[in-house]
Amino acid sequence: MKQVPAGSSGSIDPVTKRLKREGIESVINPYDTYALEEALLLRDQFGGTVTALSMGPSRAEKILRDALALSADRAILLSDRKFAGSDTWSTSYILSEAVRKTGNTDLVICGKQAIDGDTAQVGPGIAAHLEWMQAAYVSAIDITGDLLSAERMDEHGTDRIILKTPAVITVVKDINKPRLKTLKGMLESRNREIEIWDFDYLKCDESLTGLDGSPTRVVRTALPPPRDNSTIRIEGSSGAVSLEIMKFLREKMIIEQD
Amino acid sequence: MKIINADDYGKYRNIWIIAEPGSAGGIINPVTHEIAGRGRQLADLRGAELWILVTGNLGGRTDYGKDFFYADRVVIADDSRVSGFHDETESALIKRLIDKYRPEVVLFSATARGRSLAPRVAVLSDAGLTADCTSLDIEKGSGNLLQTRPAFGGNIIATIKSEKHRPQMATVRPGVMKNFIVDRSSFNPGFKGPDVIIERYEEPEILLLKKILGTEKRRGAVHSIAESEFIISGGRGMGSADNFRIIEKFASLAGGAPAASRGAVDAGWVPYSYQIGQTGQTVQAKCYIACGISGQIQHLVGMQACEYIIAINRDPGAPIMKMADVAVTGDAVEILTKMSDQLECSE
Ligand SMILES: Cc1cc2nc3c(=O)[nH]c(=O)nc-3n(C[C@H](O)[C@H](O)[C@H](O)COP(=O)(O)OP(=O)(O)OC[C@H]3O[C@@H](n4cnc5c(N)ncnc54)[C@H](O)[C@@H]3O)c2cc1C
Ligand SMILES: Nc1ncnc2c1ncn2[C@@H]1O[C@H](COP(=O)(O)O)[C@@H](O)[C@H]1O
Repeated sequence: MKQVPAGSSGSIDPVTKRLKREGIESVINPYDTYALEEALLLRDQFGGTVTALSMGPSRAEKILRDALALSADRAILLSDRKFAGSDTWSTSYILSEAVRKTGNTDLVICGKQAIDGDTAQVGPGIAAHLEWMQAAYVSAIDITGDLLSAERMDEHGTDRIILKTPAVITVVKDINKPRLKTLKGMLESRNREIEIWDFDYLKCDESLTGLDGSPTRVVRTALPPPRDNSTIRIEGSSGAVSLEIMKFLREKMIIEQD
Repeated sequence: MKIINADDYGKYRNIWIIAEPGSAGGIINPVTHEIAGRGRQLADLRGAELWILVTGNLGGRTDYGKDFFYADRVVIADDSRVSGFHDETESALIKRLIDKYRPEVVLFSATARGRSLAPRVAVLSDAGLTADCTSLDIEKGSGNLLQTRPAFGGNIIATIKSEKHRPQMATVRPGVMKNFIVDRSSFNPGFKGPDVIIERYEEPEILLLKKILGTEKRRGAVHSIAESEFIISGGRGMGSADNFRIIEKFASLAGGAPAASRGAVDAGWVPYSYQIGQTGQTVQAKCYIACGISGQIQHLVGMQACEYIIAINRDPGAPIMKMADVAVTGDAVEILTKMSDQLECSE
């Protein structure tokens, strides 16, 4: 689960033209609420435990606390200065090392994408690092023994596939309807432990983490260029403006002349 | 992870496009030609070759040189045991071919398949990957690939490089490179066409095949807005599902495709496949009419590359009215109804 700025897209500081991060509340990446819910449903049906795992700054504890309130069994925050600035390659490496360290994970469930970066790369990346099977954009799953059947969506429809666990899936919002926090859950979660795993504890390869370990780098950010045009304004009665629009469409040969 | 030594850069050459399979076995999805068209230009800028990788269960077809008449090489790996999309098998095959031929750039389509496959290949190949690029260029001097994509909901355009790793990988949004499709009639008549290289899936890769029990195509034809040159799009301002039907009626009379903002999709008036924008489709039509759409940045990133944009909105101050070529103040339902009437009368 990733913590993202609330309001999802954040807002741009008009002076610095940079993304405003301060003072913006962090929330669970919305797609990850479906991932968590699916894990909780599987546990309730088949047993086992649900671990909520997040890499991020210490304020990401909040979303892990929320996961505990929703009845996750364990919460781990991967937090270290050496992790900061990781791109999706490095993020998926660090997360995969944590999954490895838990020692007994059968299934990793990610959201389809994070709404701040929108890359959808971390889930398949984790699978590749672990050399596990993967399925992205999953809208339904079922489990029998070590086999997982999944409905996987693409632009044309749905595939029904069978994967062998351990596996990684990324889920779309059609998969379930996330439960809401209860007061009881929130109270109980208040004193529960959130494990903090840092770089030394995880013992991963420093050359693969953080800004320096990341193969990609943002070299420039800019505001989207404005459209290079001038605007013709039209107003009047519906009848009159509809004739004007039709005239424009015919002139530009977007619809046929009659 | 391998970091490329200064001496090794020269060993990575050529621009690769991973072909996106189309609706049936052996058919190529047209989005491949959008990316490959830009790939042709990048290869020319770089003084390198354009290679296309066509893989899967191709039914014995080897004549892809005809589809990719503008490429230098087409690599074909055909295996009847592969049916459907297997992330593990495909990524293992592509990684092996990358190790063998060492491309400098590898491009995938940012479709469900491409976005699932590319990150797996990137990890296996120790390569940097940029998702959902909207433009690609070659940096003068260094030859690095400059990969540009919207970030943070389209509020920022970020340019990304992968300087120390090869190949450089990216997925490219369908629709954004439509203008680069190579035109057969005007393409260099002296060009000899591609050489074909036949490769095979190896046993260990085939062992990774997962079971695909069945595929259900969505009912009706796929709603392909991206291919239409004339798009009529409705937003929350249409007011109701019934009112939205006027969008569909006008579109069908005028030979256009209906589409929507997330406002209309969230209201449940049309399915998600209609959505234009950051989390929907990107279009580059000749004309886009936005009816009852306010023009939030997440919508604009999906349609601002259209040639003519007409906005119909009750509120002259709506953001869409500032960016449109023609800004019409008025009631979209009434105006569209009148426009439909005019088309019906003229028939
Ligand atoms: C992470 C993220 C991703 C997003 N992705 C997308 C995306 O892919 N696509 C997308 O579209 N949005 C997306 N959005 C949502 C976007 O921010 C807007 O909320 C959405 O586009 C608004 O839809 P709308 O313009 O239809 O509705 P509104 O903003 O409610 O605008 C309705 C407009 O209709 C006008 N109107 C009302 N009645 C009439 C009438 N009778 N005639 C004419 N005009 C009328 C009003 O003046 C108003 O301008 C995303 C948001 C987030 C946070
Ligand atoms: N820092 C992170 N910590 C935990 N999970 C993450 C993190 N980043 C991404 N993910 C997971 O990967 C998914 C895809 O993210 P992304 O590739 O950034 O779009 C998210 O929905 C999360 O499930």
